[in-house]
Amino acid sequence: MNAVDTDLELDATWRDPPGWRGFFAAVNHKTISLRFMVTTFGFFIAGGLLALAMRVQLAQPGSTLIGAHAYNQLFTMHGTTMMFLFAVPVMQAIAIYLVPLMIGARSVAFPRMNAFAFWIFLFGGVMLYVAYFFDAASDAGWFAYVPLSSFQYSPGKGVDFWAQMITFTEVSGLMEAIVLITTILKMRAPGMTLNRMPLFVWGVLVTSVMVLFALPAVVLASTALITDRLVDTRFYSPAHGGDVLLWQHLFWFFGHPEVYLIFIPPLGFISTIVATFARRPIVGYRTMVLCLIATGFLAFGLWVHHMFATDLPALGKIFFTAASLLIAVPTAVQIFCWIATLWSGRLWFRTPLLFVLGFFAILVLGGLTGLMLASVPLDLQVHDTYFVVAHLHYVLLGGAVFPLFGAFYYWFPKFTGRMLGETLGRWQFGLFFISFNVAFFPMHVLGLYGMPRRVYTYPQDAGWSNMNLMASIGALGIAISVLLFIINVWRSWRGGALAGNDPWRGGTLEWSMASPPPAANFPVVPVVHSLFPLWQPGGKPSHVTGLSTRYREVLITSVANAELDHRLWLPASSPWPFLAAVATTILFIGSIFSPWAVVWAALPVAVACTAWFWPEKDMTQQRSDSEQAP
Amino acid sequence: MLDRSITTPVQDALHPGGVQAAHILQLWNGTLALCLMVFILVVGACLLALWRAPKGGAQAAPDLAGLEPATGARDARLMRVVIWCSVLAAAGLLVLLLGTIQAARALAQLPALDALQIELTGHDWWWEAHYRDPLTGQQFATANELHLPVGRAAIVTMRTTDVIHSLWIPNLHGKLDLIPGRITEIRLRADRAGLFRGQCAEFCGLQHTMMALDVVAEPPASYAAWATRQQAGALAAVGNLAQRGRAVFQERQCAACHAIAGTKATATIGPDLTHLARRRMIAAGMLPNTRGFLAGWIVDAPSIKPGVGMPAIHMPPDDLQALLAYLETLK
Amino acid sequence: MKLENTDDALDVSTLPTFAFGTRSPMWWGTLGMIVVEGMVFALTIMTYFYLRSRSPTWPQQAPPPDLLWGSINAALMVASGIPNWWTKRAAEQLDLRRVRIGMAVCVAFGVACLLVRIGEFATLNVRWDTNAYGSVVWMLMGLHTMHLLTDTWDSAVLAVLMWTGPLEGKRFVDVAENAGYWYFVVISWLAVYAVVFWGARA
Repeated sequence: MNAVDTDLELDATWRDPPGWRGFFAAVNHKTISLRFMVTTFGFFIAGGLLALAMRVQLAQPGSTLIGAHAYNQLFTMHGTTMMFLFAVPVMQAIAIYLVPLMIGARSVAFPRMNAFAFWIFLFGGVMLYVAYFFDAASDAGWFAYVPLSSFQYSPGKGVDFWAQMITFTEVSGLMEAIVLITTILKMRAPGMTLNRMPLFVWGVLVTSVMVLFALPAVVLASTALITDRLVDTRFYSPAHGGDVLLWQHLFWFFGHPEVYLIFIPPLGFISTIVATFARRPIVGYRTMVLCLIATGFLAFGLWVHHMFATDLPALGKIFFTAASLLIAVPTAVQIFCWIATLWSGRLWFRTPLLFVLGFFAILVLGGLTGLMLASVPLDLQVHDTYFVVAHLHYVLLGGAVFPLFGAFYYWFPKFTGRMLGETLGRWQFGLFFISFNVAFFPMHVLGLYGMPRRVYTYPQDAGWSNMNLMASIGALGIAISVLLFIINVWRSWRGGALAGNDPWRGGTLEWSMASPPPAANFPVVPVVHSLFPLWQPGGKPSHVTGLSTRYREVLITSVANAELDHRLWLPASSPWPFLAAVATTILFIGSIFSPWAVVWAALPVAVACTAWFWPEKDMTQQRSDSEQAP
Repeated sequence: MLDRSITTPVQDALHPGGVQAAHILQLWNGTLALCLMVFILVVGACLLALWRAPKGGAQAAPDLAGLEPATGARDARLMRVVIWCSVLAAAGLLVLLLGTIQAARALAQLPALDALQIELTGHDWWWEAHYRDPLTGQQFATANELHLPVGRAAIVTMRTTDVIHSLWIPNLHGKLDLIPGRITEIRLRADRAGLFRGQCAEFCGLQHTMMALDVVAEPPASYAAWATRQQAGALAAVGNLAQRGRAVFQERQCAACHAIAGTKATATIGPDLTHLARRRMIAAGMLPNTRGFLAGWIVDAPSIKPGVGMPAIHMPPDDLQALLAYLETLK
Repeated sequence: MKLENTDDALDVSTLPTFAFGTRSPMWWGTLGMIVVEGMVFALTIMTYFYLRSRSPTWPQQAPPPDLLWGSINAALMVASGIPNWWTKRAAEQLDLRRVRIGMAVCVAFGVACLLVRIGEFATLNVRWDTNAYGSVVWMLMGLHTMHLLTDTWDSAVLAVLMWTGPLEGKRFVDVAENAGYWYFVVISWLAVYAVVFWGARA
C-alpha cells in the first residue's frame, strides 16, 4: 500500500463515526477534549456573568437591585461554577488534547472512560444549572459550611443538588486523572525517557497524582452531608456526637490541594510558552521537575490555614503557618528559573508571551498576599474579608486564567488550524490586565478597612463606596475583554490566517504534524532522542513501523525509559460511555430524592457497564487471530 | 430617642483601638514592607530581563547550549543565581515566620487579671451578651451593643445556638468563630475611647450581612455608670401613654420573646430590651434607633430583614404610639 | 525489550499484543482505582478516630458490634486469597480451564461474603441515625459493602465471559487485574474490621 492509502486508512480507523450515532459514540481524545474545553468555557462565561451581577449590586451602598436570597445564590453559584465546573476541568481537558501529542501517542489510555468522564461532567454541571433555573440552587456558599448547609438551616433541595454535583464532577476528575497518569507512564513514544518529557507533561502527571489523593476527601465530605440531610446520619451534628469542624477538615483537605490542581498545569503552560518565545529551553529542567513534585507534595500539608479563626490549638496553627510559607519556595524557584530563561533568551513578543508576563505581575502579588494570609495573627484580621477575595482572585486569575489565555493563543492554531488575531489579542490582554487590577486591587484595601465577605450590601457611612464602585467598573472591563476573546475566536474560526504545522517554531512534538492534527495524531509514530525533538532533529531510528493502520493499535512502552514493551488495540467508538453516563446520572439525581434510588437505579448502571465491557465477537476474533502472547 | 450625640463608628484594622489590634498592625506593617520589596525586586528583574534580552523572532534559531553539559556553563551560572535568590527567599520566609510567632505570643499574653467576663451568644442574626464583672459582682444582659472600659481586659466566651458565626471587631482584634458544640474564647482590651463597629465574619445565612454590633469603649468612670444602669432593671413607666404601652407590650406577645428586667417579661428568644432606649442601633446594627425606624421594625420586621425571627405585628396606630412611648422609657 | 534496528525505522510488529502486571495499562488503571478507594477508606477511618477523639465515651451510647459475623467474614476473606492467587497465576499462564474453575470459586466466595455481610449489619448494635458513632460505622460498612458488591459483580461477569467467550489473550490480563483488585477488597476489609469491631473495644 502506498503512503497516501496508508494515511487514508489510518485516518478512517481513528476518525469518529459520522452522524448522530457518531456524535454519541465518539471516543477520539481530541474530540472529547474539544467538547470538554467548550463546555468548561461555557461555565466560565456563566460564572463570570454571575460575578458581574454581584458587582452591579455592590457598586453602590444600600443597593436594592438584588436581595439577600438571590445574592447568596449568586456567590454560591459563582464560586461553585468557577471552582468545580471550570478551573480544574479545563486543565484536564487541555491535558487530554495535548498530552498524547506531546508524548508521541495516538490516543489516551482508556478512551471510552475518557468519554464517560466528559459526559458525566456535562450532566452534573447541567443538573446544577437546571436546579438554579427552578430556584433550587444552594445559597450556602461554594464551601457549604455545616450546620448552615444542614437540612435544618438549608431546607429544600438546593444543597442536595450542590452536594451531588460534586459527586458528578469529582468522579469525572478522578477518571481523567487515571487516564492521564496511565497515558503518561505507559504510552510515551520510544526514546522519551522521563527526563525527555516536556515540563507540561510533568505538570499534568503531578496534578493527576494529586487528584487521586485530594478528591476523595470532598467526595466523602459531600456524601456524609447528603446522608446527614437525607437519612439523618449525624456526622456533623454536635448534639448527636458529631462535629461541625469535621466538614471543614475534610473539605479543606481537598480544597487546598484543589487550588494547586488549578495552579500546577498553568506552570506547565508557562514553561512551554517561555521556552518557545525565548527560543531556548527553560533553565534548570531537573530543578523545575523537582519543584513541581515538591509543590504537589507540600500542598497537602496546608489545609488548616483555612481554619485559623476556629478554636484549634495555637501551636498546631503555627505549624500550618510554617508549611504555608514553605510552599512558596518551590514556586519562587520556578519563577527565578523563568526569569533566568527570559534573561538569557532571544525574545519574541507575541500574545501568548504577553499573558505569561501578566502572570508574573499578578501571581507574584497574589502569592505575597498569600504569605500574609499564612500568618495566623494577620489572617485573624483579614480572613473572611475582601482581602481574601482579592488574594484568591490574584492567584487564580494571575496563576491560572492569564496562563490559560496564553495557552489558548498558543495552541488554538494547533486545535483549529487557524491563528487567533494578534492585534485583537494584544487589546484583550491590555484591557484584561488593567481591568483586573482595577477590579481586584481595591479589594485588599476594602478588607483592611473592615469589609467582610459574602455580604449583599454595605452601609453608606463605612467609607467603602468608592472602592466598590471602582471594583465594579473593573469587572465590567474584564467582561469586555472576555468578549474580545470570543470575537477573536469567532473571527479566526471563520477565516483566520492559516497556521500550518508549526506557527511558533516550537520544539515539542505537538508541532510536528498538521494543524489540526489528523485523527491518528501522527502519520508515523516518532522515536524521540531529545527534550526538544523539533529543535534537535535527527537521531536514529527516527520512527516506528509495524503498527496497524486498520485497527486502533498503540504502542505501550516502559515507565522510566519508554522502551518498547507491547502493542494494544484500543477500543473504537462506542455509545456505552454515553449510555452509562445517562444511567449514572439517573442514579445520582434519584438518590437526592430517595435513598432507595441507590438500589434500583444501580441496575441500569450495572447493565450499561457490563454492555460497555462485553467484547464484540468479530473484533475479538480478529484480535485473537493476530495476537502474540508475551 | 437618644440624647447623646451619635458619632460614626469605625470598623477597620488599620486604626487600632486596643493592644491586640496594635500587635497585629505592627506585624502587618513589617510584612507589607518586606513583601513590597520582594515584589519590586521580582517584577523589576523580570522587566529588566525583557528590556535587555536581544529580540529575536520566529527566525531566531533555538539556543540549545543548556542541554549539554559541555556547553552548559552559562546555564550553570544562571542556576547559581537562582539558588542564591532562593536562599534569600527562604530567609525572608523565616523572618516572616519569626514575626508571626512573636506576634502570636504577644496576643496570647494579654494580662487578664480581674478581666471583665462577657458571655456572647451568636444567633441568626443578632448578638446576645451577658456580663459578669468579678470586681463588682455586677451581672446583666444586653444585646447587639457592648461597652468596654478603657484599659481593662475583657474575656469573651462565645457560643452559638444555630450555625457558625464569627466575632470581628477589627479595631480591637482579629476574629474568632462561634462554633456549635464548642465554647471559644477571645481576649480583648480597648486602649482608647471610641465607637467601634463589629460584624459577623462567617457566612451564616440569609441576613449574615446584617449582623453587626456596636462596641463602645469608654473611660472607666463612664463605663461604671453604664454598668450600674444596666444592672438596674427597667425604670418604672411614667405617664399614661407609657403605661398603656407597657400593657400593649404584654398584649401583643412581645414578652413571648423579649425580656425586660424588673418586669414579668423574661424570655430570651429575642434580644433583651431592658435598656433599649440607650442603644444607638436596632436590628443588630441595621437601623438607627429612632422612633420612625423602630415603628417600622415593630410593625413589619420581616419586610425590612427577610428571614428574621420576629414576625410582623400589625396594630392600631394608637397602640403603636403607646408602645413606642413605653419603649422610650427603657433607658 | 530492545529490538534490533538496522535502519531508520524501528519495527514493532513482532511485539506481543498484551502483557501482564506493571507492563499493562490495565494494571496502572487498577492501581489508580485502588489509590482513590484506599483514600476514601483512609479518610473515613480518620473520621472515625477524629469523632472518637472528641467524644467522652466510645462507642457513643451503644454496645460494640457483635464479633461473630465480622470475624467470620474476616476469615472468609483471608481464605479467599487462596483461590484468588491461584486464579491469577492460571491467568498469567493462559490456562483457560483453570481460570474458569478459579473464577467460579472466587465468585462463590464473593457471594458468601455478601451473605455474611447481612449478618454483620444486623448485629452492629447501632443505627446510622442514632449518633455520629453509628453514622461512621455504617459509612465504613457501607463503603466496603459497595466494593464487595461491585467486585463480585465484576468477577461474575468475567467468569461468565470466560465460559461463553468471545475470548482473546487480553481477557487473561483482565482476570489477573480483577484478582489484584480483590486483594484490595480483602485488605480494606481487614482495616475496616479492625476499626469497626475492635476500635469499639479498645
